[in-house]
Amino acid sequence: MDPVAVDLAPLRDILARYAAEEPSLIQVLQDVQRQYRYLPRPALQEVSKALGVPLARVCSVATFYKAFSLVPQGEHLVHVCTGTACHIRGAPQILDEMGRRLRPDANGNTPDLRFTIKTVNCVGACAMAPVVIVDGRYHGGVQATKVTKILGIEKGGAGS
Amino acid sequence: MRLASRERYEEFRLKATERLAGLRCRVMVCTGPGCLANGAREVAQAVEEGLRERGLLDGRQGVEGKCTGCHGLCEAGPLVAIEPAGILYVRVKPRNVADILERTVLGGEVVERLIYKNPATGGRVPHYRDIPFYKNQTRISMRNVGRVDPYDLQDAVAHGAYAGAVRALFEMTPEQVVDEVSRSGLRGRGGAGFHTGRKWAACRKARGDVKYVICNGDEGDPGAFKDRAIMEGDPHSVLEGMIIGAYAVGAREGYIYVRDEYPLAVLSLQAAIEAAREAGLLGQDILGTGMMFDIRISRGGGAFVCGESSALMRSIEGKVGEPRAKYIHGTERGLHDCPTVLNNVETWAHVGAILAHGAEWFAAMGTPKSRGTKAFSLVGKVRNTGLIELPMGTPLRRIIEDIGGGIRGGRRFKAVQTGGPSGGVIPEALLDLPVDYEQLTEHGSMMGSGGMIVMDDRTCMVDVARYFIRFLNEESCGKCVPCREGLLQMLHLLDGLCEGRGRPGDIERIERLARGMAWGSLCDLGRSAPNPVLSTLRHFREEYEAHVRDGACPAGVCRALTEYEIVTETCDGCHLCVKACPTDAIAGKPKQRHVIDQGKCIACGECYNVCPIDAIRHRAKPRGPAERAVGATG
Repeated sequence: MDPVAVDLAPLRDILARYAAEEPSLIQVLQDVQRQYRYLPRPALQEVSKALGVPLARVCSVATFYKAFSLVPQGEHLVHVCTGTACHIRGAPQILDEMGRRLRPDANGNTPDLRFTIKTVNCVGACAMAPVVIVDGRYHGGVQATKVTKILGIEKGGAGS
Repeated sequence: MRLASRERYEEFRLKATERLAGLRCRVMVCTGPGCLANGAREVAQAVEEGLRERGLLDGRQGVEGKCTGCHGLCEAGPLVAIEPAGILYVRVKPRNVADILERTVLGGEVVERLIYKNPATGGRVPHYRDIPFYKNQTRISMRNVGRVDPYDLQDAVAHGAYAGAVRALFEMTPEQVVDEVSRSGLRGRGGAGFHTGRKWAACRKARGDVKYVICNGDEGDPGAFKDRAIMEGDPHSVLEGMIIGAYAVGAREGYIYVRDEYPLAVLSLQAAIEAAREAGLLGQDILGTGMMFDIRISRGGGAFVCGESSALMRSIEGKVGEPRAKYIHGTERGLHDCPTVLNNVETWAHVGAILAHGAEWFAAMGTPKSRGTKAFSLVGKVRNTGLIELPMGTPLRRIIEDIGGGIRGGRRFKAVQTGGPSGGVIPEALLDLPVDYEQLTEHGSMMGSGGMIVMDDRTCMVDVARYFIRFLNEESCGKCVPCREGLLQMLHLLDGLCEGRGRPGDIERIERLARGMAWGSLCDLGRSAPNPVLSTLRHFREEYEAHVRDGACPAGVCRALTEYEIVTETCDGCHLCVKACPTDAIAGKPKQRHVIDQGKCIACGECYNVCPIDAIRHRAKPRGPAERAVGATG
């Protein structure tokens, strides 16, 4: 259940841009994700009704693709690239360091909801490996010791 | 301007080439992903402001500034190229821009300190054509990537865009187009290498009024980004290929499926589609021929399996991306169960050039069974990382040593991984292998989508195999049991090896599991999933054995098996390791010998990687009595 009421007005604008049929489903959910930064349950119900796709199938799509999240996300979205080039150049160390400093939960959210940390399979910037993307900004050649700097947090850790 | 006939196109092309020829100097800022990460956006802004300040922005002085797609040598970004002189400036900062404008654009001289320095000789090389990284390349699919402004149709046409489509539509029947592509020997550049002409012919023959062409831009293989570069840097080459394909098979609708992780590619493709529609190259009555064809973009949702053709089609339909059994051919029952041709971005980008220059021209390059050129992303522990395109059959050694400039940091080459999670590794002994579809497959790897990840002696092959299995385990759609359960069990076994819980017989268990998965999985994701394991086992079996028998990781990567120590006699107290240590486990004053606190050390190896004088070494962590017992009895 959603604890907060969700304003569905922007959703109606999104739905108005697409044909009311199943092939629009993923594109609609992409826009909903961008708008709300996650897929709120009332929005999914609305999408189901509008496109005539059963809610169960909407949910199966929403959980199948990595781009979608069913829980609200943190203020800053951090993507750690774990592509092969990034892996052999030290992505695991970066993830470890973020885990130690920020203690994200299973959804990647930090306790203060300042950050959501996600891995991404490859962002196609392999020449700059390892790569971390903070709110859409690419950082190349990242080392574990630079994590605090690119996230703009104190060495002691976020919220501590 | 609408190009309502062949004559109008030719007029437009003439005007575009004349305009290009009239330009004395073009400042081309690379805004590919690598350069953007290094601050290319700021450089491009500085160029624009600098041109404005000097009254050069309106183009009347024969000077213009442009943003382009990837130039390839991402390692040395941000890159700025000066055309037509062919000068390449590397690692350009916004504050260098004034110098470039004053001295090169206005003064006609080269800014020495900004040009490429050959790491092998130490000499500076001002021109593209002389830099080893570029000298050894032949670019066809990426012919205009980095050379044109992707947001400028006129610029693309001046560089030959749509010439192949014009030839196809005005001079050839659809059958002749299919025949031309067949004779060129072009094979799918997405990995499997199926003959493009044969695929088109099957779709052309298939019954149905509605047919589709699809461009697979779901470049999911980690370590590959050539499709991204093409979509971002030269979207018109993709559209041109699709127009030709649609003409050949009789399709009226096309889709480009783009990965969710490539937002810039979506933008440039969208702009290109709109520009092409406006010019009458897409939509109703293309070039006045009466042909009708339009293209839509479909954004992926971040699922690796959607790179598989049948899963991709399900995803375009708005469904969960689960593959179909292989006996259903997409050319007969593809998207919405209609005959569909699905090709990779690079394949489509080749088509326009083949039609413009002829099948014989293309077939003259490459090897007898693998014609033409192939784009690769050369990444990992190699010095010149970036994007390259080479004739098929180029020896691996030339790619890694001449183009890639050898291994960074003077370390030792160990293997190169190709083909992404479905591929495998090629070890040092096979460095002279000519790279084409057959040779890679014969040696246990595959072409895949062109990722070449170079690995040095600091790479553990068991860890690499585990990396891919973990990747595939997450990405398996879960529809069939051999893939879903096989990957999970395989991952458990590999985790055990990497974490010191390996038991005698594990290697054989892995091999047995691999056979079952290859035999029983529904789609190629599952069938090829054991490849990374089988291939590393084939070439580096002793490394697996060391993990099982001795509980040791020879490369010092698997943390549970490794500990680090500082060689006190060698350490000069430079303090770099202290700065690199994420857990403050290294103690020592500058200029004095340092020591690692094993209690705090997490064996991440950062200190080892930064030590300039090899004063840190790794060794196998001594096993406790319980672990020894497990290792002995199994």
